[in-house]
Amino acid sequence: MNRTFAFLFLLFFSVCSFGKEDPILEKRVMALASELRCLVCQNQTLADSHADLALDLRNSIREQMERGASDKEIVGFMTARYGDFILYRPPLKAVTLLLWFGPFLLLAIGAAVLVRRIRRRPGPAPELSEAERARAARLLEE
Amino acid sequence: MNSRVLVVVGVFALLVGILAAGLRLNPREVPSPLIGKPAPPFELPLLKQEGKTFAAQQMLGRVWLLNVWASWCEPCLQEHPVITTLAKSLPAPVIGLNYKDARENALPWLARHGDPFMLSVFDSSGRIGIEYGVYGVPETYVIDKRGVIRYKRIGPVTPEIAAQKIAPLVSELSRE
Repeated sequence: MNRTFAFLFLLFFSVCSFGKEDPILEKRVMALASELRCLVCQNQTLADSHADLALDLRNSIREQMERGASDKEIVGFMTARYGDFILYRPPLKAVTLLLWFGPFLLLAIGAAVLVRRIRRRPGPAPELSEAERARAARLLEE
Repeated sequence: MNSRVLVVVGVFALLVGILAAGLRLNPREVPSPLIGKPAPPFELPLLKQEGKTFAAQQMLGRVWLLNVWASWCEPCLQEHPVITTLAKSLPAPVIGLNYKDARENALPWLARHGDPFMLSVFDSSGRIGIEYGVYGVPETYVIDKRGVIRYKRIGPVTPEIAAQKIAPLVSELSRE
């Protein structure tokens, strides 16, 4: 009984791995899918998501790769249909300038404010003259 | 001192304004790159007659709507009365793209809720859906006489959108 079970168990997994395609291709599919956003569950990549659409899009990536398409061509295919939003790394364009450089802009503003405040801070008190020193000493003695 | 308080309050108000605007944006409304582009061609079997096909090119010269729907999609049911009204009142036919559905579910759905479509094509694999950048059913496209996509709605069409966006656009495009 146990043996039959073990046999079936192994058979099941061998069938599973038989059905699996070329592991190198699969790796390439997943690498590209992890660069693309699943539009249904927007904070997941196509590689992580189990949504139906993510599955379909992974299949589409696989088919295109089997046909010899480059990663760039496939990304082009996806953005033509779903827009730049599908890219986890948005392209550098006029409309995304603020997205890319906004944080640096804020940093520069912060630095400028800091420099100005430091410059404006009054320096060390001026040295006292002889007469003032004598007057201070007198006042202290009293 | 007073001016410093003003600056702090001003910056804070600006921040609140930006965040409030951000909260009001709907992250599901992704601008479609397909607006202004030719509608992707397709030839698909009819939902009601398996043996017959329909091609998007047959609609050239007419303004038409493509409505992506499925029997498993709750919001499709919600927008169904709006689509039905649109189909009756617009000079443009509405074609259904039955998306990743099964005939045994889709046909009873139409029988139960009414069929506003001139016809529905059957995209069981969702392949044509990908061509149209579909990711949140229902989706609705307005396509002009030259076969160019002029408007896309992701999610259910509301009576407001139907009256304020789709109807005026269709009558404008019909005059072109």
